[in-house]
Amino acid sequence: MSPVLVRAVVRRLVGAAVLVVLLALPWLVNAYAISTVSRILVFAALAISVNLLTGVTGLPTLGQSAYFGVGAYTGAIVSTTLSDVGPVQLVLAAGAGALAAAVTGPVAMRARGVAFLMITLAIGEIAYVAAGRLDAVTYGTDGYSGVPAVVPLPGIAPLVIDGLVYYYVLAVFLLLYGLVALLLRSPFGLALRGIRDNEDRLRAVGYPTTAFALAAYCIAGALAGAAGSMWTSAQRFVAPGDLGFDVAALALLAVIIGGLGSMWGASVGAALVVLTRDYLGGYVAGHGLLLLGVLFVVVVYAMPRGLSGVRRPRRTSEVRA
Amino acid sequence: MLSWLDGNLVSMVDGVAYGLLLFTLAVGLSLVFGMMDVLNLAHGTLYLAGAYVAYALSDGSWLGLLVALLVGIGVGVAGGGLLAALTQPLAARGHLDQALLTLGIAFIAADVLVAVFGAQVLPTAPPDGLTGRTSMLGHSYPVYRLAFIGIAGALALLVYALFERSSIGALVRATVADRDMVRATGVDTRKVLFGVFAFGAALATVGGVLGAPILAPGPGVDETVLVLSLVVVVVGGLGSVPGALLGALLIGQVQTLGVAVLPTYAPFLLFGAMLVVLAWRPDGLVSLVRRG
Repeated sequence: MSPVLVRAVVRRLVGAAVLVVLLALPWLVNAYAISTVSRILVFAALAISVNLLTGVTGLPTLGQSAYFGVGAYTGAIVSTTLSDVGPVQLVLAAGAGALAAAVTGPVAMRARGVAFLMITLAIGEIAYVAAGRLDAVTYGTDGYSGVPAVVPLPGIAPLVIDGLVYYYVLAVFLLLYGLVALLLRSPFGLALRGIRDNEDRLRAVGYPTTAFALAAYCIAGALAGAAGSMWTSAQRFVAPGDLGFDVAALALLAVIIGGLGSMWGASVGAALVVLTRDYLGGYVAGHGLLLLGVLFVVVVYAMPRGLSGVRRPRRTSEVRA
Repeated sequence: MLSWLDGNLVSMVDGVAYGLLLFTLAVGLSLVFGMMDVLNLAHGTLYLAGAYVAYALSDGSWLGLLVALLVGIGVGVAGGGLLAALTQPLAARGHLDQALLTLGIAFIAADVLVAVFGAQVLPTAPPDGLTGRTSMLGHSYPVYRLAFIGIAGALALLVYALFERSSIGALVRATVADRDMVRATGVDTRKVLFGVFAFGAALATVGGVLGAPILAPGPGVDETVLVLSLVVVVVGGLGSVPGALLGALLIGQVQTLGVAVLPTYAPFLLFGAMLVVLAWRPDGLVSLVRRG
């Protein structure tokens, strides 16, 4: 067999093995661990959204927490006032995320590179402040509680046990992962990579690159919104801290750890980041921020191309902001 | 109209004080970014460090304030130099890595500062003679804020004159405009970068020392201040001192007068201002005054 074929087979096998482990997990670990894995999956969905912008399109962002928050609060509001059916919440949350991205995106689209990072950071922080102050919608810093247990499909009983909620979150994650993978294989996905590698050249051959980048921004917003809805279903509670600056920073860190542009890398990066924060953070109680900072410094100096870059030869198509 | 002005006078003067405070922060951020595309996400930390210095050293006496100012400048120069030294080796790897490194440093510093000073907001008293309130056109107003407007206004003028009128300023502006061309004339641009980094950082810590009685040090202040400075830089125009001044004064008013007049929309005013300015002047407010 040719090396390319071997690699494809190995990739399939590893993917299948990971899937089997994920499916068997509720029988293998305790309830606390399974809720941690649910959080990892939500966070991985957010990281895939960040990767779509930062890794694929070359637009480094620290603002996806804003659309994550829009989705989380939309999910909470829909669940308490309209429907406890998960997919309904998911679609509306994704729509709200896309809408918020469509409104705020044009401002960010005026910049590229690190200036883009600057504007998205401001967007994320403003969303965080707004979540704390808009008492009428978000119940302010008290948080939005009283979210009913999610119903995966009409006619099925609400999911109360952690293990079952986990399966709902896993199903949604796999669906989103598949959709984004399809998107990246499409001509549109190729055009986004083209924007990253050489936007001027792409524009010169007739692509409306700003419109494409804005479309990517809205899709990433929808994805982050869907992740927010997953978060609400898993936690049944939303507070402004869920869309804080550290969430955006961790999501970007997950993508950097995973290697820019790689979806599985972003997912593994998300797992590493959440595990570091939740488990290692327990040993250095109260110094989570310190740990996070050290992680940033180490990753920047020691892993310039992330996990997925370890076995790959150096490519020229990295983000040059 | 007159009664409206009278009713909002306090907010407007507050806005000037706030704007001048933001200017001392935004200048360094803007110039370093304009010069080397280095986005220093630890810039808010420098303000916070300066404010903590003021809390620790100012005992209400003028000498205490002077010592705090000198120590603050020292902290700023050291911090700026360190940040420049740490980000320089990454220049070849791209600016995202540099920004992430400063973000990591900001997290570490925030944790250390909480460990040293505790997690509560520490109100810092201004020096004797500047405490209390005075009457300003019939309104009671804190004396220190008026003094701050005077001092920070003078500082802003000084910085403006330094960058727009002196030969050192011309060198810095030239480096912002075309780094390679300046290097080709035999100038070591790395020295210029280190100098500007240290100067901008010292300005931010001085802002912290002087601003502590207005915006007291505490956890999260670094983040707030960083975001406000970023918005100022975006609104004003990247890499420009006049732009930073215009942006800072505008955002100062948005954050005080705007919030007083439109309290319902307060959380969105900052974004609204950014949206309006960028739609109107994509290159920032500096394009209103740029010569030639």
